[in-house]
Amino acid sequence: MTYGEVIAVDRLDLEVAEGTVTAVLGPNGAGKTTTVETCEGYRRPQAGTVRVLGLDPRRERRRLGSRVGVMLQNGGSWSGVRAAEMLRHIAALHAHPLDVSLLIERLGLGSCGRTPYRRLSGGQQQRLGLAMAVVGRPELVFLDEPTAGLDPQARHNAWDLVRELRDGGVTVVLTTHYMDEVEHLADQVHVIDHGRLVASGSPATLAARGSENTIRLRARPGLDLAGLVRALPAGAHAQEVAPGSYVVSGKVDPQALATLTAWCAAEGLLPESLHVERRTLEDVFLDLTGRELRP
Amino acid sequence: MSTSLSPAPGSAPLTRMVTAQALMETRLLLRNGEQLLLAVVIPLLVLVAGRQAGSLLDIGAGRRIDVLTPGVLALAVMSTSFTSVAIATGFERRYGVLKRLGASPLPRSGLLAGKLAAVLLVEALQLAILCSVAAGLGWRPSGGISAVLGVLLLVLLGSAAFASLALLMAGALRAEATLAAANLVYLMLLVAGGIVVPLARYPESVSAHLELLPSGALGQGLRDVLSGSGPGLLHVVVLLAWTIIGTSLAVRTFRWE
Repeated sequence: MTYGEVIAVDRLDLEVAEGTVTAVLGPNGAGKTTTVETCEGYRRPQAGTVRVLGLDPRRERRRLGSRVGVMLQNGGSWSGVRAAEMLRHIAALHAHPLDVSLLIERLGLGSCGRTPYRRLSGGQQQRLGLAMAVVGRPELVFLDEPTAGLDPQARHNAWDLVRELRDGGVTVVLTTHYMDEVEHLADQVHVIDHGRLVASGSPATLAARGSENTIRLRARPGLDLAGLVRALPAGAHAQEVAPGSYVVSGKVDPQALATLTAWCAAEGLLPESLHVERRTLEDVFLDLTGRELRP
Repeated sequence: MSTSLSPAPGSAPLTRMVTAQALMETRLLLRNGEQLLLAVVIPLLVLVAGRQAGSLLDIGAGRRIDVLTPGVLALAVMSTSFTSVAIATGFERRYGVLKRLGASPLPRSGLLAGKLAAVLLVEALQLAILCSVAAGLGWRPSGGISAVLGVLLLVLLGSAAFASLALLMAGALRAEATLAAANLVYLMLLVAGGIVVPLARYPESVSAHLELLPSGALGQGLRDVLSGSGPGLLHVVVLLAWTIIGTSLAVRTFRWE
C-alpha cells in the first residue's frame, strides 16, 4: 500500500488508499483526534507502526511537512493575525501554493480577509483552517472535524472542495461524527469507538451490513396474511405488529415488493401507506457504538 | 500559483520561510498595543522623567542623560527579547500556532531564526527611536566606531540570553502565568536589576551579584561601552553563560503544545 498501514490507538489497524476520501467516524471521545494526530506526528504510539506516505511521521516529520496538509480541530492561528494574512503566511512556506485570493473567495472568506482571527466566527475559523490545510497543494490532507459548526451552505461548499481535492488526486482523511458527511463524501469509512476499530467499509456496504430492509404497510386491521406469506420469496415474512400496522421483513427485495402489491390487488386492498425502509448508516452506527450519551 | 487542486507539494526555500516568519512575527509584535507600551513608551518615560527627576533617581556622577541613555537602551532590549518573546510564545502555544507550524515545512530551527530576526528588527526600531530622542535631549555618547560595535555585540548577546530565558518560561508555564511572570520580572529588573541604575549606586554587597544577572550585565555593559571603554569581558561572559543555560534548559523542557 502506498499510503501505508497507518495508526495505532488501541491495536487499531487501518489503511488508507491513495486518491480516496477516508472518514474516521466515531462518537465524542472515541479516539478520532488521537488517531489522526498520531498520523500527523503529534503523538508517539506506544506500540505498533505508523507510516504516512511511507515515512515515519515523527522521525521524518520534516519531509512530510511539505507533502501533508493539516487542519487541526481548533486553533492554529495567532489571535491578532488577519485571516488572509495567515493564509498567505502558510502559502509562503510552500513551493507551489494555490492562489490565496482565489482560495479565499472559494471558501467565502472574502468579506473577512482583514478581520483578526479572534474576531472571526467559529465557522469562519473552520473555513480558514481548511484553507490552511490545502493551500500548500499537499498529496495528503488530514481534516479533523472539518465541518463542525458550519452552516449548511458552508458545509456543502467544504464538501465540494473535498471532492475536488480527491478528483485532483489528493488523498483525504477526515474525522467526523456526521453521518451525512460520511454518506456524501467518503469512499471508505472506519468506525472507531473506545480507541478500537469496530467496522470498516464503504458507506453503502456498512449501511447494508447484516441489515434487513423492511416494508411497512398501514391498512385496515385483521387482514388474513396467510396467502401473502405463502406468496413471498423464501426468507421474507409478514406480520401484523399492531392493529392495522403490518411489516414485511426478512429478505426484502423488489420481488418481495411486487409480490406484496400483487397480493394487495388480488385482495382489493389499497393501503393507507406503504414505506420501504432501509437501515441508515446512523442505525448501524448507533448499533455499533451504543445509544447511551457520551460524557 | 495555480487554481488546480491537484497535488504540487514542496517547501519554499529556507531563507524565504525564515523571512516570512520574521516579518510575520514583527508585524504581530508591532500590532500589539500592550507590548508597544513596554517596548517604547516606558523606556521613553524613564528617559524623559529620569533626566528631570534628579532627586528621585540618583544615578550618580556624570551627565544624567549620558548615564541614563545606555540603561534605557538595555531596558528596551529586555522588553522585547524577554517580555514580548515570552508572552507571544506562551500564547502561540496556547492557540496551537506552534502546533500548526510544526506540521508545516518550516523547521523548528527556522521558526527560532524567524523569532530572533523579528526581535532584532523590533529592537532596531526601538533603538533608533530612543537614540534619536536621547540625542535630542543632549545625549553625547563617546567611543566612536568601537562603541557601535560594542553595542551591537552586547545587544545581540543580551537578546540571545533574554530570549532563551523567555522561551524557557513560555515553554513550561501556562500562557496566563507567563503573561504575569514576564511582566513581573520586567518590573523587578527595571527597579532592582541593575539595568537603568548604574551598579555603582547599589550597595557593594548587592552590585557584585547584580552584575551576574543578564539585566545588570547588559545595562552596565552598555554604560561602559558608550562612555568610551570597551565591553568588559565579564559582561560578555555573563550574557553568554545565561544564553547557554537558558537554551539548554529550554531545549529540554519546552512543550510545544
